[in-house]
Amino acid sequence: MSLAMNEVTTRGAIAVRSVDKSYGTTQVLHEVDLDVAAGEVLVVIGPSGSGKSTLLRTINHLEKVDRGTISLDGELIGYKVRNGKLHERRESEILAQRTDVGMVFQNFNLFGHLTALQNIIEAPIHAKGVAKATAVARAKQLLARVGLADKADAYPRQLSGGQQQRVAIARALALDPKVVLFDEPTSALDPELVTEVLEVIKDLAKSGTTLIIVTHEIGFARDVADRIVFMDGGRVVEEGTPAEILGNPRNERTKSFLSKVIEPAFNI
Amino acid sequence: MPPAVKTTQAHAGQQPATEAVQEPSVAEDDPSSAPNSAAPNTATPNYADYAVVAARHPWRWVGTVIVVALAAAVLYSLVSNPRWEWGVVAQWFTAESILRGLGQTLKLTVISGSLGFLLGFILALMRLSSSPLFSSVSWTFSWIFRSTPLLVQLLLWYNLGYLYETIRLGVPFTSITFAEFQTTSLISQFAAAVLGLTLNQAAYSAEIIRGGILSVDQGQIEAATALGIPRWRRSTRIVLPQAMRAILPTAFNEIIGLVKGTSIVYVLAYSELFYTVQVIYNRTQQVLPMLLVATIWYIVITSVLSIAQYYIERHYSRGALRTLPPTPLQKLRSFISTHAPIRSTASSTASNTAPKGQS
Repeated sequence: MSLAMNEVTTRGAIAVRSVDKSYGTTQVLHEVDLDVAAGEVLVVIGPSGSGKSTLLRTINHLEKVDRGTISLDGELIGYKVRNGKLHERRESEILAQRTDVGMVFQNFNLFGHLTALQNIIEAPIHAKGVAKATAVARAKQLLARVGLADKADAYPRQLSGGQQQRVAIARALALDPKVVLFDEPTSALDPELVTEVLEVIKDLAKSGTTLIIVTHEIGFARDVADRIVFMDGGRVVEEGTPAEILGNPRNERTKSFLSKVIEPAFNI
Repeated sequence: MPPAVKTTQAHAGQQPATEAVQEPSVAEDDPSSAPNSAAPNTATPNYADYAVVAARHPWRWVGTVIVVALAAAVLYSLVSNPRWEWGVVAQWFTAESILRGLGQTLKLTVISGSLGFLLGFILALMRLSSSPLFSSVSWTFSWIFRSTPLLVQLLLWYNLGYLYETIRLGVPFTSITFAEFQTTSLISQFAAAVLGLTLNQAAYSAEIIRGGILSVDQGQIEAATALGIPRWRRSTRIVLPQAMRAILPTAFNEIIGLVKGTSIVYVLAYSELFYTVQVIYNRTQQVLPMLLVATIWYIVITSVLSIAQYYIERHYSRGALRTLPPTPLQKLRSFISTHAPIRSTASSTASNTAPKGQS
C-alpha cells in the first residue's frame, strides 16, 4: 500500500491478505499475501496449476476465498465490515464491485451471437446504466484504440484470434475499470498473432490503469512489468523487479522454472 | 489478364483468327498462358479457359423415376377412389363450424404453448440455480407432470370442483378469508384445457430449455458475470439466445405435437377442431372425409410452423456460422437466373467468365 503514494493515480490498489482457497480436497492457494499499487503493472508467472488463474479469479470474486481478504482501494471484495463482523455482500453489490475490475480471458469468451460493438456496449449499458449513445461512442473509441475501428459490426467468429482478444480487451476497458486482470491473454493464439495483442497491453500499461497479467511470455514480462511475482504450489515464492526475478532469481524453484521457460535462442 | 482480353473479343463476336493476332502481346505478359484454341504445345497447359463438365449421377435418375412413379400411384388412388369423398371434404373444409373449431385449436396452441414455454424457462433456471429449494421444486414439478398421462391431468382439472367445492384465498390454517369462489365457476372447459396443456408443456419444455442452456459454453456465463451483468440479463441476453440453436429443433417438435395434442381436449367436450369434426360425422356418418378435413388443416398448420422454424433457426444462427447458407427462396432465384432461356445465358456467361463455346 505504501507504493501507492508514489504513483500518479490513486485508484486501483489491491491488497491480498493471507488468502486460502481449496477445490474439494486440493488446496490451490496457501496464505497468499500480495500488494499491488495503484497504476502498477504486475506480472504473475509460474508453472501450470500454481494457482495464478485462481488468484485472478478471486480478485474478481468469480471464486469465493475460503479464508483471508482481498480489498480494492481499501474496500473489501465480497464482504462488508459491520459490528466487527464480515457480512457477505448482496449480489447487486458484488456486481457493482465487479465493474471496477475488468477481466480478459485466455479463450476470449466473446459473446458469439453479438457483434464486436454489441459485445462492448452490453456491460456499460446493463451493469453501469450508461446511456446507449454514450456507450456506443465510447465503444467506437475503444475499437479504434485497439486498431479495429472497421470491425464494429463483425461477429467474433469472423475475426482472427488476435482480433477477438483485442475486442475482449476493449470490452473490459469499456467499464472504465480500476484494475484489469489478464488471464494468459495470448496462450490461445498463433505465435504470429501474439504480438498484436501484446502491443495493445503494452499501450495500456502506459495509461496508468493497474494491470495484473498472468502470462508465459517471459520477454513480454520483462518489457512491461513493474514487478514480477513467481508462484508455485499455490504460494507466492518470490517477487521483485524484472531484473531481479529474471536476471538473478534467488529461489531454487524460480531458477528451475525460468531455466525451462527461457530458451537462450529465443531470449528477447 | 489474358482471359479479360479474350472475353471482350468473344463478346464482340470475334473468332480465333483475331485472337491469334492478339496473341503475341498476351504472350509477352504471361509466357505460360497457352491460347485456348490452339493445340497444347507447352508442358503445362493453361486450364483457365477449359469448360468444366459436371460429374454424372445415373442412379439418381433411376431413383427419381421410382419415386415419381410411386408418388403418381398414390396421387392417382387418392383422386380416383370415390370413397375418399373429396366433394364432402371440399364442402366442409371451410364451413363456419370447422373454422370456429380451427380458431379454438389455434387459440389453445398459442396460449398453452407460450405460457408453457415461459413457465418451462423459469423452471429450467430454477433447476439450474444453486438454491437447493428452487432446484428440487423444479425437479418435482417435472417429475409429477411428466409421469401422469395428459388425459388424467385434464380430467382432474376439469373435475376439481368435485374434489374442492370452493377455492378460498386467505391465510392457511386460519379462518381469515379474502375471497372465495365456486370451483366449477372458475374452472371452465377452456380453463381446464389451458391449465392441463400448459402445465404439461412446461414440464417438457423445462427439460428442453435446460438442455439448451447446458450446451452454452461456461466461459460465456463467466465473462458476463465478470462484466457485472445482472443475473436475469445474463440469462436472457447472453445464455438464452445461444441456447436457442439447441432448443429450437426440439421446441418446434413440441409445438407441432401440441397443435395435434390439443385434440385430446375433446374429452372435455371442448369444441376445438377435432371435437367439432367428431360432432359432425356422428351426425352425418361421413367419418373418413371429415377426418380428412381435420387432417388437412393440421397439415396446413404444421407446414406454416415448419417454415417459421426454418427462418427462426436461421435468425439464431447469426454469429454461429461465418456466412449463412442461402434460403430455399434465394436458391430458387439463383437457379432461375442461371438456368434461364438460352439467350440470357449466353450474354450472362460471356460477360462473366467463359468465352469458350459461345459461337
